[in-house]
Amino acid sequence: MSFITKPKVAHPQLPRNELNLTVRDYEGAMSTLCAGCGHDSITGAIMQAAFELAIPPHRMAKLSGIGCSSKTPAYFASASHGFNTVHGRMPSVATGANAANPDLHYIGVSGDGDTLSIGLGQFLHAVRRNLNMLYLIENNGVYGLTKGQFSASADVGSRAKKGETNQQPPIDPALTLLATGATFIARSFSGDREQLVPLIKAGMTHRGFAVIDVISPCVTFNDHEGSTKSYEFTRKHSMTAIYADFVPPAKEIRAQYAAGQAMPVQMHDGSQIVLRKADGVYDPTDRVAAFEFIQTHQKAGEIVTGLLYIDETKPDMHELANTPPGPLASLPFAKVCPGEKTLASIQSRFR
Amino acid sequence: MSIASKRPQDNDFTLKIGNVNGTGSASANSMLMKSLFRMGIPVCGKNYFPSNIQGLPTWYEIRVSAEGHLARSGRVDLMVAMNAETYRKDHAEVATGGYLLYDSTWPRSQLFNRTDIHILPVPLSRICNENFNNARSRILMKNIMYVGVLAALLDLDMNSIKQLLNEQFAAKASLLDANQKAIDLGFAYARENFSCPLPFRARTLDKTRDHIMIDGNTTAALGCLYAGATVGAWYPITPSTSLMDAFKKFCDKYRKDPETGKANYCIIQAEDELGAIGMVLGASWNGARAFTPTSGPGISLMSEFLGYGYFTEIPAVLFDVQRCGPSTGMPTRTQQADLMACAYASHGDTRHVLLFPANPEEAFYQAVQAFDLAERLQTPVIVLTDLDIGMNDWMCRDLKWDDSYQPDRGKVLTAEQIAALPKFNRYVDTDGDGIAARTLPGTHPKGAYFTRGSGHNMYGAYTEDAAEYQAVVDRLRRKFDTAKDLVPPAEADVDPRCRTGFLTIGSCDNAVKEARAQLAETGVRLNYLRVKAFPFGKDVQDYLDSHDRIYVVEQNRDAQLRSLLLLETRVDPNKLVPVLHYDGLPILARTVVDGVNQDLARGKAA
Repeated sequence: MSFITKPKVAHPQLPRNELNLTVRDYEGAMSTLCAGCGHDSITGAIMQAAFELAIPPHRMAKLSGIGCSSKTPAYFASASHGFNTVHGRMPSVATGANAANPDLHYIGVSGDGDTLSIGLGQFLHAVRRNLNMLYLIENNGVYGLTKGQFSASADVGSRAKKGETNQQPPIDPALTLLATGATFIARSFSGDREQLVPLIKAGMTHRGFAVIDVISPCVTFNDHEGSTKSYEFTRKHSMTAIYADFVPPAKEIRAQYAAGQAMPVQMHDGSQIVLRKADGVYDPTDRVAAFEFIQTHQKAGEIVTGLLYIDETKPDMHELANTPPGPLASLPFAKVCPGEKTLASIQSRFR
Repeated sequence: MSIASKRPQDNDFTLKIGNVNGTGSASANSMLMKSLFRMGIPVCGKNYFPSNIQGLPTWYEIRVSAEGHLARSGRVDLMVAMNAETYRKDHAEVATGGYLLYDSTWPRSQLFNRTDIHILPVPLSRICNENFNNARSRILMKNIMYVGVLAALLDLDMNSIKQLLNEQFAAKASLLDANQKAIDLGFAYARENFSCPLPFRARTLDKTRDHIMIDGNTTAALGCLYAGATVGAWYPITPSTSLMDAFKKFCDKYRKDPETGKANYCIIQAEDELGAIGMVLGASWNGARAFTPTSGPGISLMSEFLGYGYFTEIPAVLFDVQRCGPSTGMPTRTQQADLMACAYASHGDTRHVLLFPANPEEAFYQAVQAFDLAERLQTPVIVLTDLDIGMNDWMCRDLKWDDSYQPDRGKVLTAEQIAALPKFNRYVDTDGDGIAARTLPGTHPKGAYFTRGSGHNMYGAYTEDAAEYQAVVDRLRRKFDTAKDLVPPAEADVDPRCRTGFLTIGSCDNAVKEARAQLAETGVRLNYLRVKAFPFGKDVQDYLDSHDRIYVVEQNRDAQLRSLLLLETRVDPNKLVPVLHYDGLPILARTVVDGVNQDLARGKAA
């Protein structure tokens, strides 16, 4: 961890968003993670994305499970309500929170242990409900807080710091999500902020369950030679399949795209993401092709990053439940309590 | 005189039907019970069904009691044996002087050889085969036909039965005719072949006015509807499933916005009980009234989150419709064996507010109270019913609702209140009741705080500081003391000159009251207290203090209520005599009477 708390004074020249806030208004408490931890870079990217989207901090809700990754919601957006749940159970809490109030922006931060081991069941069921939230997996292949055990995302042959070699096949979040019907699947790298920030913005704008699997090296327990989740390994082996440019509502697309390369996707709030294909062929709206693409590159030892799959047409949990806009708690009591006369008529069926 | 040796009389007898599950006997049985109810006679029905869909034995027991004793009677005056597999057992169970009716299409005169009871052979299958064509309807009509036979034997009101048939088959005229025919055939056969009515019969009374016949899962669901619960999360588990089924039906009907057609509720079938309680906490954190119905195994799974809810102070309402444990136990049998598991669910110093309704009527009112308490105290509240309350039809007084009711949302700060604060601190107790004000996400930029199950101080910040941590858990203890004054007081019937009494809980109520009346007839007078909540209030302590001998009646093996009293009050353990019933069937008055008499006999011998 670093030991210097920055003073809460913004430089007058700092850019301001539509709410007249600077990126510093999206900061949280000082991080207590190890210096150089990939998670801190992701925290920075979240702040930047929320700032650029001009989300009022108190209209965001931050949720997490247990683990190093799950500590991070304390390190951004102090003015947002935070919910550090129990291990692997953040998706259910997010489901209930979202059911009660669809109007907040929900950001979940979890890790590979929290998501793919103890929490795999809840994670996949949030996918099935197409819960409207952004879910980040800070994926380092290792249990940090308990000092270096392999997680379910550790690759076969990956070597632990103490020398042990992982034998069990990993659970790949992207492939698992493709198989279970997820509507927004991305992969990125904590060291690639340029890619990560627009992905977070796109994920927060997506109506439905958006997952970004972010390779986020653990500098203390999994950044050595022989690890497949180290900075060096990830830099060397990652390749971008799709670049996502985020275009906010009411803004024109100014950039020039080569013919056949750009694919605009209309989001529910009026914004757009423009997807640029690295190879000119890949179609991130084709689930079958995405599956094949990721697996083919995996065999070749490459980690495919970028927005791997998107489907903006599927209904989310609220559309399926036909709930009204706004928090359920703010419905007037007369609307939710049928009253004395109705109770009398209900009882006539029980005589 | 003990109930077992009492002779059946008019409007005072028990009838039991042994059947095969999945053959449609439920509607026949409910018709029998309702026709008695509509004749103005107090009645109750207990369903002993298997954890199975089709083919296993199932029994339905109807007790008729003009005096209004509606616990299980523990005797059978008239057995309708429809299941050859259980003939032997059913035959043995009939009280001396009683009757056994069976399908004599296949005569079993050698098996049914008791000379102290009367055998009533009725060739139900043969009559059905002669009168109905289709194979399935022959099975169903056989069941309806015994309603006709019993109507003749017990002199049931045929108009009530006709009316019930009309209501049941309002939409299917062809079925109505077939059912009516089956009843008439059974009625005619009985009239021709037996001396009708039997020496004990139903006689019209006026004792069910302003009452309904209803099960506790339905009334608990109504309570949730009326309390304004908007989020229900659940995982199906017997015997609690019908609670959410009922809530969903009520919501479909009464919670659809007439203008927009939108659903003013959100019901989520979770992937498991861990998910269900997580959803409830998430929704309550966001201000909605949220609940989950479950049973013992679900409570075990929810325990981690229950501790979280306690420590982070999030309201939640749970219904534990208790069934037989341990482990999977007997899912379709009743018990009160989750008291300890619920009171201290989760690791660490954790304790929960519990409510103990005695019947479906109380389940309605306590469901509403549970939401008020959960929000006032900012903590999970568990309403403990059981299979007997939840799934059996009970005769209850009409449910009342006061339209001036407003939900108690507890200490939730509005945007204006937050704005006026110099700084919001989540866990600071400003008025000494142990309850700190909370804010809902999205209300105001100054209202944010971090909810965490890890050590936190009174400002909500992470801490590992000894004093800061201890200040928080000490306040939680104070909050639990506040709860003592907020929970409903016990039901008491106390003669101050009497120093001996009962202390009981939940669905033991009827059996203990009946036992008390019987004991009084033999000159043994006992006071009565039924706890309705945990933590125990001052009234419970006073009762314990003012009695020398107390019979603690409950439905579990390990005397869990007695254990809770020993842990949470300053009672002398020697005063508390356990009276226990835990075989999975609802408690009998006889168990209670015997328990008291045995203790009195021991006292005399000593």
